[in-house]
Amino acid sequence: MAKYLLLKHYRGAPAAVNDVPMDQWTPEEITAHVRYMDDFAARLQESGEFVEHQALTPGGTFVRYDGEGRPPVTDGPFAETKDLIAGWTVIDVDSYERALELAGELSAAPGAGGKPIHEWLEVRPFYPAPFTITE
Amino acid sequence: MDEVLLRSLTPSVLGILVRRGADFAAAEDAVQDALVEAIRVWPADPPRDPKAWLVTVAWRKFLDATRTEAARRRREDLVDEEPAPGPATAVDDTLQLYFLCAHPSLTPSSAVALTLRAVGGLTTRQIAQAYLVPEATMAQRISRAKRTVASVRFDQPGDVATVLRVLYLVFNEGYSGDVDLAAEAIRLTRQLAAAIDHPEVAGLLALMLLHNARRASRTAPDGSLVPLAEQDRSRWDTASIAEGVEILQAALARDRLGEFQAQAAIAALHADAPTAEETDWVQIVEWYDELARLTDSPVVRLNRAVAVGEAEGPRAGLAALAALDDSLPRHTAVAAYLHERDGDLERAARLYVEAAEKAPNLAERAHLTRQAARLNARLRR
Repeated sequence: MAKYLLLKHYRGAPAAVNDVPMDQWTPEEITAHVRYMDDFAARLQESGEFVEHQALTPGGTFVRYDGEGRPPVTDGPFAETKDLIAGWTVIDVDSYERALELAGELSAAPGAGGKPIHEWLEVRPFYPAPFTITE
Repeated sequence: MDEVLLRSLTPSVLGILVRRGADFAAAEDAVQDALVEAIRVWPADPPRDPKAWLVTVAWRKFLDATRTEAARRRREDLVDEEPAPGPATAVDDTLQLYFLCAHPSLTPSSAVALTLRAVGGLTTRQIAQAYLVPEATMAQRISRAKRTVASVRFDQPGDVATVLRVLYLVFNEGYSGDVDLAAEAIRLTRQLAAAIDHPEVAGLLALMLLHNARRASRTAPDGSLVPLAEQDRSRWDTASIAEGVEILQAALARDRLGEFQAQAAIAALHADAPTAEETDWVQIVEWYDELARLTDSPVVRLNRAVAVGEAEGPRAGLAALAALDDSLPRHTAVAAYLHERDGDLERAARLYVEAAEKAPNLAERAHLTRQAARLNARLRR
């Protein structure tokens, strides 16, 4: 089993196919979308492939150490062009192919008009734990 | 083995040890040792007075633990001070634990964790699950809190207001996993109300009961928020509401108003209305005025603006809102709601989107996005 991170972006990913802002959906479409996401997580829990998922607020700040005794440098809020993570799901699956399959499924969550959003998700493998070497 | 009995006895045994001069961390270790002993011994040889038994054994464990060359002097003093054996006194030492756990030297989150551990008798694992953090993290937080209060000499009552604030924090967390923190907060506040006679303790208990009574109707089965006006009032827990109102009335009759009593009064007015339309908003505004006088909190004034909007119309509400700093949490959401009621749907929809971006949690974010979507759908027609 290998762990993968499925990243959802507020900004920074290529535009989705069905790219309509959520406030332009109907309330029923929003409900259907939320249910799809919940069902997705529940199914992964069932199959033993779920690790965790979290949503992030849109606000974010870059922070950097600025030297002894000085307050850290901050930069934010993000400019329009910056990549902005909306949330993530961590899965633990048998193969890279399975990770892609699940990301595809997640990307197909219904949006405006009840049609899949086709949004871009980023799939990032975790580094595995170091091998135990017995000598 | 009666685990409920053990859990209910733990805090007062701990309180007795602390009062006799044991430092907090050492007392806790000793009580844990005594509990292990109880589980081993009681099934075959049940004690006549379980609490006295626990106190005696825990005190012995504490003395054993402090028996080192360096601690010899101190131990001898402690042995001298040991009270004569006999049934434990009826004095509620749990009260001291409340004050100790809400000590001002602790951060609010440490105070909450320590209260749940020491007064509530919850395990570290249960508290960690309730706060959705790893058990090791919570164990660290609790032991740090214990170290902080280890040197606190506890011989005078602390500030009741601080204790109430900690209990209110516990209540507001309200997660329900293995432990329902809202129910736990109510249990602890009940215990506190039984131990000390203070109108604000009663006020907080009433407030918790009234809020909790409406809890089941506050979220839909899919987890989405249901606003007060749309809640199914037949699902409110009327027994809990009746109890809350009765406790509140007794507290108010003593004429020592405090912020929890005023908040409970507002909750009671909501609970009392058979339908949302029949809510007595005029009286609610009056209570918010009292509350603003008592706390001077901007959040109170924000809520007051909503109430004014209901009592005197959305324009009056917007005027009240205009006087407040627009960086306040939920300020934009309130503005959206009042503009919608005033008929300016376009502006309201825009504000709901803005409010959704600032929402403090996912459920609220989804709720506000839904409001925007609802208005946008109407505007397209």
